[in-house]
Amino acid sequence: MIWSIAWRNVWRNKLRSLVIMIAVTIGLSGGIIYYAFAKGLMEQRIEAAISNEISNIQIHNPDYLLNEELKFIIKDPENIIHKINKVEGVKAVSSRIKAMGMASTAETGTGVMLNGIDAANEKQVTKISEQLTDGKYLEEKGRIPIVIGQKLAKKLNTKLRSKIVITAANTEGVITYGAFKVVGIYDTENDMFDELNVFVRKNDLARMLGANTSDVNEIAVTLDTHEQTNHVLTILNDEFSKNISQKEILIRPWNKIVPSLNAMIEMMDFLSYIFMVIILIALAFGIVNTMLMVVMERIKELGMLKAVGMNNKRLFRMIMLETIFLSIIGGLFGLFISYVTIQYYGHYGMSLAAFQEGYNALGFSSIVYLEAETSFYIFTTVLVIITAILASIYPAQKALKLNPATAIRENN
Amino acid sequence: MGVIKISNLHKIYDESKIPVKAVNGIDLTIKQGEFTAIVGPSGSGKTTFLNMVGGLDVPSKGKIEIDGINIGNLPPRQLIDYRLNNIGFVFQAYNLIPVLTAQENVAFIMQLQGKGKNERNKIARELLETVGIGDKIDRRPGDLSGGQQQRVSVARALASKPKFILADEPTANLDSKSTNELLDLMLKMNKELDTTFIFSTHDQRVMDKARRIITIDDGIITSDVQKN
Repeated sequence: MIWSIAWRNVWRNKLRSLVIMIAVTIGLSGGIIYYAFAKGLMEQRIEAAISNEISNIQIHNPDYLLNEELKFIIKDPENIIHKINKVEGVKAVSSRIKAMGMASTAETGTGVMLNGIDAANEKQVTKISEQLTDGKYLEEKGRIPIVIGQKLAKKLNTKLRSKIVITAANTEGVITYGAFKVVGIYDTENDMFDELNVFVRKNDLARMLGANTSDVNEIAVTLDTHEQTNHVLTILNDEFSKNISQKEILIRPWNKIVPSLNAMIEMMDFLSYIFMVIILIALAFGIVNTMLMVVMERIKELGMLKAVGMNNKRLFRMIMLETIFLSIIGGLFGLFISYVTIQYYGHYGMSLAAFQEGYNALGFSSIVYLEAETSFYIFTTVLVIITAILASIYPAQKALKLNPATAIRENN
Repeated sequence: MGVIKISNLHKIYDESKIPVKAVNGIDLTIKQGEFTAIVGPSGSGKTTFLNMVGGLDVPSKGKIEIDGINIGNLPPRQLIDYRLNNIGFVFQAYNLIPVLTAQENVAFIMQLQGKGKNERNKIARELLETVGIGDKIDRRPGDLSGGQQQRVSVARALASKPKFILADEPTANLDSKSTNELLDLMLKMNKELDTTFIFSTHDQRVMDKARRIITIDDGIITSDVQKN
């Protein structure tokens, strides 16, 4: 009957209970939706980084990472690629030759990263070919083509079929030039990447820089799923440590290649949890206030309960249950509203077109697909219950301290 | 049994360091089945006396023995259990739980005692029929008149099968008709169940029905009249 009394007590002052329930609903749904937004934003950023920029695993000559010079190539790349392709979970492998250079038009010039790729393999590894806003991807035939980012095109004030002059140091350190024809313009929604990276055929770049067409600076590996990254990494490390010295190749997963991204994700996750806890602390004060009013209003009744023989344990439980009901109802509505919102925007995406420029400048997409794991909903529900229990302690203590003899004579 | 033996009872309130002697040395014995009214002017110490007898307040000096147990020596937890199982309370303002029906209000006490649902509902129905509101068992206090609420309150006090019932000005909020009906009901319970009733009251109608009238003034008994 204590459960029943607590439940009915919740509805004694409907307006007051509804106000605190609405506060819990809004606070909780706000917190969860914020989490889902941050999670979606970061997951998309990871997905974009893996799909467009770095892939799951990369292999380099360790010296290349210290000094990005053309001469630091991977030895026997064909054999390495052959072995990687045999590993289960590997979707595709692409070898690249890379060099820093300068892209110039008649009007202006800017520094770029020259990615010499094998178009057929690269299509399997990165999704740049699917993100062309104009023109087409690199083909085997045709005159020295180049694919550039939309941001770079704007910066260089160039367009499709225009020529760009690429200047870079060759293998001997001598500056060389090459004229490339813009055949495709891509847009990954990451302005920094789009402005920096240009894609040319590996053979064209090797010829221009006086390198061997079989030279490779970077091998990129894409897996069937991102979750396989660590597993495949272990297999590759085991495989290559037998025959190849660690001084010759270094195998790194995406989160080691861009540690800042990983740190950002962890920070975002942590901030979301902190944000949630802050919301609940604020709500706890509201709940404490409401329950204090409840206790003050019912001094006479609580005094009577103590007088007739209700012990402190039961009295505490009654007030705690009332607090939990009050919080859980608001909490469940909050969970429901946030679940529906997350499902909707998880499917259709939340458009932030008004802030597109800013988001893209930071490498984020302006359409965010919200997502939250089941474990976060459970974590939040548990937090709400804990908050309610903690919030009930002070009002319940007030009730426990009542002297029944004086409480039953209170005029309220 | 149910003999209450009070010896040298004192209660001194230390209000703003000026001691107030609310009860100033009371010796009294109340036997099983008595129907006793404690009377006296406002501030005479009636309620303080009743609170101490009911274990709601602690004496400054003296002792209250019920069937040989000095309730002043009981630790707080045991005192709560003692009240639950031995003392019934009827309050001036009824003090029912507003969210419970009449039947639930009566059954609630038995739940605190650990009785099963069927048993307590059955006893609650019977008690409410006995006090004359068997047709209103599903009504909440807000839907009952003052007299009816006080009947529920009496049924609740009887529900725990107490040794005695303490009633603090039980008729103060009732009209004449309701007062007479309530007193007749309590007298009936007193006779049929041999339950001891102790009232504090100003009400002449209660005094008329009481078989023993104890007058308290300035914290001491000034008269103790047993009617025939």
